[in-house]
Amino acid sequence: MNKGFSIIGKPTAMVDAAQKTTGAGKYTDDLSLPGMLVGKILHSPYPHARIKSIDTTRAEQLDGVVAVVVGSDAPNPYGILPVGHDEHALAVDKVRYVGDNVACVAAISEAIAEKALELIDVGYEVLPAYFDPEESMKAQSDLIHDNKPGNLEKGYHHSFGDPDRGFAAADHIAEARFIANEVTHAAMEPHSTLASFEIDPHTGTRGRLTVWSSTQVPYYLQHKLSLVLEMPMQQIRVIKPLVGGGFGGKSEVIPLEIIAAVAARKAQAPVKITYTREEVFWAHRGRPRTIIDLKTGVKNDGRITAVKARVVQDGGAYCSYGVVTILYSGALLGALYDIPNIQYDGYRVLTNKPACGAMRGHGTVNVRFAFESQLDELAAKIGEDPAEIRQRNLLKPPCITVNGLRVQSYGLPECIEKTVERSGWKERRGRLGKGRGLGIACSHYVSGAANSIIRSDMPHSTVNIKIDRDGGVVVYTGASEIGQGSDTMTAQIAAEVLGCSLGRVRVVAADTDLTPIDIGSYSSRVTFMAGNATLRAAEEVKKIIAAAAAKKMGCGVEELAFRGDIVLRNGADASSWVELSDRSVRPTQPEASVSGRVEGQILRGSLQQKRKDEGPKESMTFEEAVVAAIDFHGALTGTGSYAPPVDARGGKHKGAGVGPSPAYSYSAQVAEVSVDEDTGEVTVHKVWAAHDCGRALNPVSVEGQIIGSVWMGMGQALTEEMVWKDGMLMNPGLLEYRSPSAIESPEVEAIIVESIDPEGPFGAKECSEGSLAATIPAIANAIYDAVGVRLHESPFTPERVLAALRAKKGAKALNLTEGVDPTSPVRFREHGGSLCFEGKGPERHALDPSRQEFAGGAD
Amino acid sequence: MKKELIELRVNGRAHEVALEPSTLLLDALRQNLQLTGSKRGCDDSSCGACTVLVDGVAMMACTMLAASCEGREIATIEGVSEHGCLAAIQKAYGDWGGAQCGYCTPGFVMTVKSLLAENPDPSEGDVRAALSSNLCRCTGYNQMYAAIREAIAAERQGMVAK
Repeated sequence: MNKGFSIIGKPTAMVDAAQKTTGAGKYTDDLSLPGMLVGKILHSPYPHARIKSIDTTRAEQLDGVVAVVVGSDAPNPYGILPVGHDEHALAVDKVRYVGDNVACVAAISEAIAEKALELIDVGYEVLPAYFDPEESMKAQSDLIHDNKPGNLEKGYHHSFGDPDRGFAAADHIAEARFIANEVTHAAMEPHSTLASFEIDPHTGTRGRLTVWSSTQVPYYLQHKLSLVLEMPMQQIRVIKPLVGGGFGGKSEVIPLEIIAAVAARKAQAPVKITYTREEVFWAHRGRPRTIIDLKTGVKNDGRITAVKARVVQDGGAYCSYGVVTILYSGALLGALYDIPNIQYDGYRVLTNKPACGAMRGHGTVNVRFAFESQLDELAAKIGEDPAEIRQRNLLKPPCITVNGLRVQSYGLPECIEKTVERSGWKERRGRLGKGRGLGIACSHYVSGAANSIIRSDMPHSTVNIKIDRDGGVVVYTGASEIGQGSDTMTAQIAAEVLGCSLGRVRVVAADTDLTPIDIGSYSSRVTFMAGNATLRAAEEVKKIIAAAAAKKMGCGVEELAFRGDIVLRNGADASSWVELSDRSVRPTQPEASVSGRVEGQILRGSLQQKRKDEGPKESMTFEEAVVAAIDFHGALTGTGSYAPPVDARGGKHKGAGVGPSPAYSYSAQVAEVSVDEDTGEVTVHKVWAAHDCGRALNPVSVEGQIIGSVWMGMGQALTEEMVWKDGMLMNPGLLEYRSPSAIESPEVEAIIVESIDPEGPFGAKECSEGSLAATIPAIANAIYDAVGVRLHESPFTPERVLAALRAKKGAKALNLTEGVDPTSPVRFREHGGSLCFEGKGPERHALDPSRQEFAGGAD
Repeated sequence: MKKELIELRVNGRAHEVALEPSTLLLDALRQNLQLTGSKRGCDDSSCGACTVLVDGVAMMACTMLAASCEGREIATIEGVSEHGCLAAIQKAYGDWGGAQCGYCTPGFVMTVKSLLAENPDPSEGDVRAALSSNLCRCTGYNQMYAAIREAIAAERQGMVAK
């Protein structure tokens, strides 16, 4: 237990836990407004086509349809990155993937809206489509976006140190191609948005817009709505209700969020749109399929001399976060180990599939899989223990890496030590019997990006605190609770600083009208940045309270201590707190009194109360101190904000803005797996996961985040994969996507390592993403340990494992799809039903590369 | 389609609602009765977020016709709290991190309720098998097991939520 703290460091139920366990909490789809209409979106059946015509007349005539909106109703482009404004609410001239948004119907019921979609006549001219990134890069004509030659969204070429000399100095070099297939967030809550305009009382016409939405970034949404709707930002209010998971999938503006507002404007009524699960898969923004050509050199003693990576990401049809993703992939080769020479060539490529974006462990996960697998291979080559080769390459912080990343707190050595110890690595590895093995891998992640997407000197987080005479503390934060516990973290920090109980603190969050700006819940930034802002705001208020309390008690402010709803003189003496320690959990409300008066009577007038006060006291209750502060000082408010320090913002090269962070989290994991050599099935029995989170403000949440990250990594390692056929998603359902159920999920032993970061709030860093990346290579390395095959493509499905096992034995490869023509499956999807596919799949342009590839196969 | 008047008994109370015969139980609960605690996570009974008890049996309301529940006793998450207090399983889910984003939680709580009604002392394997009907993307299930163990212990001590 953390000595000296009364709130933080203790396992604490989330402040909104009861709302969630009773079903009383409201998510966006649970909201409704009088006269609300249901919006349904018409999606493109073609991966790449020009829209020749749209006729909505028949749909508009259907009884119950209020409005039909199309691209020309809101033609302004937008996108999450300032360099990537390439999306429209609804397609303006072209559709770029199966599922692209074409039109939206607002009707009085879902059934009518769906019927109306069938009555919209769209004329398409089908264009050649690109599905493979390396093919797509060769495109000469029919580009996905006219201003992106070679369908290249962005390419970066970085060289740090002297890679050539590094490789020349290496004793062993490994080189291989790794492929990580596409995965998606599949958050349990499908995206939902409710938009409503109010009438301006002065002009009598359409006025302010309020949008409730399942978003991780309410302020970016407000900004993009303002761009597309051509309304000033202050006329738009975005409210984030409870959000049912994000993992990055709600960290940018998703088409329905804009479409709902556009439809509400045209229909002159509130409109709610909620995606079906299939639409969620199309909205996507997940982790791109990534091809990694990796080369690593090591000395005989295991020291890494150089790394060279060529990374191609299959980014889908729009930029989304793509430029950031491809930069993270390169930048975070650094800051985990001491690598003196790095060469990186990254290509973010456009294809005719749903856009990829940010997903938990943004940009780092797939490259980490490749790197940690290759390091394992090199360890085997030089006959070194895989845990030891990692220990051999540790950074020596504080330091700045060769690619300009500042590293301060560094718990990696302890993470490796702890996982090795707890898993029995030394004793058990190699002695688990046939088909069973252990693998180790490490990872790291940023605690918030040091540079925001929109470059400015604005603080990244601001928090306001208000305390009234009732002694209630209200914290206003723009940070978005998405299930990770940000509201609880905020309340804990405020309560810890003010020395009051948690029950006294109410958090008002993520409402652009009420809360100060916070750039959102992504890149694991909230605890570090919003936490620091909360800390500063609380310190500011505390200063005012302390001044008043000191005056009342006739002592200096430095003599005061705040704890357990009491302000105590001589509180620095720790023994005074012993009898108070049990009071920290619940507010002292029922028996609380102020100067002999019952609390409820305080408001009658402080003059009366002042008269009652006699000479200096040894302690005051929190309420007394607050009342005194308001009497002396006036309204009791404080504000705090956080901007990352200048020296943490990275180097000067092109693309240097992505990767730097004020602090990095570290993780080491050991996975124990067994492999069925007859079926190729891999079972993960247990994962030991140590994570350096700086300081665990709420251990139960930290463990939950570690376990959740490991589990999601395991899903990507073993089963999850978006399977494509000619731009068609073959598994757009939770059952077919195969996210692991309780049956397939192993025990995860979460080990918290606290390195106490010098700049984090109470030393805290991130804990929600960093662990994910280590899981995939830990499992891959364990498979190698178990059966001696090195898998280069994730997920490690039975087919892939079996193919690798058979190749190793020199046996004939199994053709599991023998006799089936993969270009014309009999049926695309058994249930749910994509819009148009019965039989063959979409009509293809004669020049479509996917047609040429199977020349003769397609007809 | 023409609506028909049916009576749904939900959490011990009878409600008369006019529904099209094709109305799903989940839509009747969420839209007609404003009981929005049961969630829609997929559309095809693959995630379990809409789990309710029909005559004590855990059923997925997203693929069940409301009309087929006439005369049967439906229990939803809204009926789980006891006398305005959290039930042991709800308290334990909060304390042990069984709920993060909370979207799947109502479904899990109903599934656990039905499991414990049938088998008050389930083994870890029984718990895993029962929970496999529901999906969660946040927790990796580990903390749910701890919560369920705690809830069973609390129930055994005759202790409802504090």
